[in-house]
Amino acid sequence: MQLDRPTLIEAYRRMRLIRDFEDNVQAQFEQGRIPGFVHLYAGQEASAVGVCLHLSDEDYIGSTHRGHGHCIAKGCDVTGMMKEIFGREGGLCRGKGGSMHIADLDKGMLGANAIVGGNPPLVVGAALTVKTKGLPHVAVSFTGDGGSNQGTTFEAMNLAVVLNLPAIFVFENNGYGEGTGVSYAVGADSIADRAAGFGMPAKAVDGRDFFAVFEAAREAIERARTGGGPSAIEVTCMRQHGHFIGDAQAYRSREELERVRADDPLRLFRERVTGEGRLDAADLDAVDAECAKAIADAIEAAENAPVPCQDELTTDVYVSY
Amino acid sequence: MPRKTYRQAINEALDCEMARDENVIVIGEDVAGGAGGSGEDDAYGGVLGVTKGLVGKYGRARVIDTPITESAIMGAAAGAASTGLRPVAELMFVDFLGVCFDQIFNQAAKFRYMFGGKARTPLVIRSMIGAGMSAAAQHSQALHPIFTHIPGLKVVMPSNAYDAKGLLIQAIRDDDPVIFLEHKALYDTQAEVPDEAYAIPFGEAEFVTEGDDVTIVAFSAMVARAKAVAEDMEKEGIEVELIDPRTTSPLDEEAILESVERTGRLVVVDEGSPRCGMAADIAALVASKGFAHLKAPVAMVTPPHTPVPFAPNLEAAYLPSNERIAAAVRSVLGETVPAE
Repeated sequence: MQLDRPTLIEAYRRMRLIRDFEDNVQAQFEQGRIPGFVHLYAGQEASAVGVCLHLSDEDYIGSTHRGHGHCIAKGCDVTGMMKEIFGREGGLCRGKGGSMHIADLDKGMLGANAIVGGNPPLVVGAALTVKTKGLPHVAVSFTGDGGSNQGTTFEAMNLAVVLNLPAIFVFENNGYGEGTGVSYAVGADSIADRAAGFGMPAKAVDGRDFFAVFEAAREAIERARTGGGPSAIEVTCMRQHGHFIGDAQAYRSREELERVRADDPLRLFRERVTGEGRLDAADLDAVDAECAKAIADAIEAAENAPVPCQDELTTDVYVSY
Repeated sequence: MPRKTYRQAINEALDCEMARDENVIVIGEDVAGGAGGSGEDDAYGGVLGVTKGLVGKYGRARVIDTPITESAIMGAAAGAASTGLRPVAELMFVDFLGVCFDQIFNQAAKFRYMFGGKARTPLVIRSMIGAGMSAAAQHSQALHPIFTHIPGLKVVMPSNAYDAKGLLIQAIRDDDPVIFLEHKALYDTQAEVPDEAYAIPFGEAEFVTEGDDVTIVAFSAMVARAKAVAEDMEKEGIEVELIDPRTTSPLDEEAILESVERTGRLVVVDEGSPRCGMAADIAALVASKGFAHLKAPVAMVTPPHTPVPFAPNLEAAYLPSNERIAAAVRSVLGETVPAE
């Protein structure tokens, strides 16, 4: 499928926005301005964007602890996200969720999820809502290679097949579940093959290649929208950073870490679209500048936002004591 | 008014709400009587027998049989609830909480708060609790304190058919996740139950009997035992005020404190394990907010801190008996030294 110019620019814009967001979050974290645990998505941008470009606000996604990229790809406001990560008023969850729990239901973003394997059953539920109401929407679960081993994920895949739901299971295989390698932790030869064993079409694609992800997602999402049931996509990608900010990554070789930089999906995208004459370098440079400003503005807004008022402690939940 | 069983009352509540709101669905193992078999449809209404007839009225799109897959049932119900349905999910035996708790306490319970108030999770989880049928250690527990401990969950434990219908209707209309715990020994008990829909608000205790000598707080199947004791005591001139809180979260603290202010004596009867349970919780409530009114130490009547045994004689010894409840009442009245 040949993508038009606006779509190519939008794809690059979202990937660049994710990269800038993550690079800046890392810098802010290292300066001690961000509390808690933060897991960066840099290196995996082609997966989130290649899938979410097919989705509208009425479609749902569920995400992981490494969720910033999914949020941005699904259209969450980066300033609201940054305020949330800083723990400030005006954050998407009013400062009560943080990096691992960013959600925006108006955008169909059902939440980052700090439990590995936590979201697949929930996404099956969103797909059940869609089917029960007879809507043409879909629900996408993003999980990692680590989450692919969880029983909840197996149950979710089976139930999605049994009920023929419009659910798509995207397994972002970045080579590591925390610090443990996939070759050790995934018993099957392929996460996609294992998913196929549940009775759904499954494909493995190269997650460095935006176009490969985009095409596989198009096929799976189209199938789901037209009543064809669930699919799985294994997206092999590279985690540029450690499991969390501060992870020394001694479990990865120097050669591998160098390769991660060389295999940058943004660089590969830029080379391909300019090489094929579909976009000019100037177009992409303009996007770079736009994204850099958007993230700088988001950080400034987050830094200047007040902390949540003390009353927030006991709102949005039944409290009796 | 017609008399109906606890089982019928629950079925009627589901029927009323499914008829009223097409977003209400029922999902769980065998709830439509089992799918994919070679025999008849809706054969038995699930192992609890309470969903029988619903699939005939509302169809398989709204009465959904699932595989044995508790994490997926609870997670799918939570995900469906947060996207516009009002699912009633069946966790057959509460003991199966062990294979799906993450989807309940880390997911459904937390959405509203953790997402800054934007999320609504109108989910009801119906489940069966309790001992008394030699169902042994993995099918007999009363795990309501575990749910009660989790902020974001509401916990309901009806002690009779009338309350079961009204509380389940309230649960389905509530926008928070509600754990609705049915006691397996109560399904065939009867009460007067109106045909029409009615809702009983959460956090409003029922005064089962009124009296000024001793307050008993009892939950679920223990209410009937405490009531039998109260009636026996009345013959001796001891007036027991029996309170059935009906919901453990929210808890009607005011009713308990107000009663103890009058009686000065409290017995709590609960089928949960003794440590960190409702009996301890209510004892702590009264110790911290009603200590000045107490004329005797609070007595707690619970099972021992053991798994539920299988042999009928051991199981009978496990459960709070009428005799142990009566002994506790006498102990707070200062009549005898407590036996334990």
